[in-house]
Amino acid sequence: MDQRTPGIRPRPSLGRQLDAVARGCFPVASGALLLLLLAAPLGLVGQAELQPALLLDCVFFWSLFRPASMPPIAVFVLGLLADLIGDAPIGANVLMLLIVYGLAVHWRRVLARQGFLLVWLVFCGVAVVAAAFQWALGSLLAFALLPAGPAAFQAALSAGCYPVFAALFSRTDRGLAAPEQA
Amino acid sequence: MIRLSISARQALAKLTLPVLIAAAFGLLLLGKADALLAEHARMALSDTLAPIYGALAEPLARFRGMLADGQRVLTLSGENARLRQENERLRRWQSVALALDAENAALRADLHWIPDPSVSFVTARVVADAGGEYARSVLLSVGPNHSVAKGQIALDDRGLVGRVTEVGERSARVLLITDINSRVPVTLESSGARAMLIGTNGKQPRLMYWPEGTSPAEGEPVVTSAEANAFPAGLPVGTVHYTGPNAAEVEPAARLDQLAIVRLFDYGLHGVLPPEASARPIEPLARADRVLPGRR
Repeated sequence: MDQRTPGIRPRPSLGRQLDAVARGCFPVASGALLLLLLAAPLGLVGQAELQPALLLDCVFFWSLFRPASMPPIAVFVLGLLADLIGDAPIGANVLMLLIVYGLAVHWRRVLARQGFLLVWLVFCGVAVVAAAFQWALGSLLAFALLPAGPAAFQAALSAGCYPVFAALFSRTDRGLAAPEQA
Repeated sequence: MIRLSISARQALAKLTLPVLIAAAFGLLLLGKADALLAEHARMALSDTLAPIYGALAEPLARFRGMLADGQRVLTLSGENARLRQENERLRRWQSVALALDAENAALRADLHWIPDPSVSFVTARVVADAGGEYARSVLLSVGPNHSVAKGQIALDDRGLVGRVTEVGERSARVLLITDINSRVPVTLESSGARAMLIGTNGKQPRLMYWPEGTSPAEGEPVVTSAEANAFPAGLPVGTVHYTGPNAAEVEPAARLDQLAIVRLFDYGLHGVLPPEASARPIEPLARADRVLPGRR
């Protein structure tokens, strides 16, 4: 809780502190849970590409709008989890997500004040770069040129899913995931 | 908690990201240098998650069944007519098969044929689609005292699925034949020619290295070959399908996109899969090459 601004606020009892911690953990925990759920054989179309797309949306949104709830170490752990669940080379997702996190945090002073459309446009660029980066890394590590189709599909899927996730996340950002409301 | 000055805390906060990025590079190199370590980490996580996915599998299967039922209701009468026709056709084939079976038994008795040893198999549930984007593999949930080992052959009810590449305490990973690292020596059934079946991460693996003069025919059945001592001969793999001139692919007989249960057969073959090299992409082909006759 922000103690720097003056004002009257309720006494920080144990229950309230626990509530604040739980709210602070929500972004990372929900991301990890969705990641695990998407690894189950649901038979969804494009499920293999949905996993990295979800991660990218999640990390980008939270590091842009609530970086206190998405610290870099959590980004690291999420990436590692994705690498271990999937068959990706270990570290590939970690590196990609950390770079996306760095970009989002770097731009957040400008971006967080913009309207949704501009943020989405920027995210489309980030998704393309991230997919290209992952494809290049995968090709380099496999010593073979991987087909570029899935990478393009992944970029399109991450960009396309962003409005849905952003709508969900921004609702929780104001309610469930707001530690200051504890 | 240690109290730090504000400037020190700010400096630390600025350092976190570069340090973590460096750590990610370190992980990449470590995972590449020590494939065994990466495999152990992966299997440890799979072992933890397999029971959870196993518990989820039942409601999930029911959910998918409901969806499929809903779709089937729409095409019920057409499907019924088709099935009736197929049933008639199959009944004719059944009488042919029974006659051939009797004839075969009689001939074998005349020849004092040594029967093939019956192979042992275990059945396991597919609990997670572990592949992700650049790999095609599935995670199996196996009991704590299982007999699953690396190199065992996975089949579903229709044909070849893949091979076991990683084994943990209660889970195992099967590399599908469509994975980009998969290499399967096959025989084209009608011409008898040998070829390699090479995964592309797409739906249909590619057929390569067939001998000159005997190109695979469209619709020709493809079975495994015992070459390189990795697979037994004669397991059904799929049928040849051309997607372009000289681009022969194989339509897998197994339903790889909706695997629910697979059987793991132990043929006791350890020709291709070395215990530690499953994560290295180049290795399987290189090993297969080494055993192919005429290339030494």
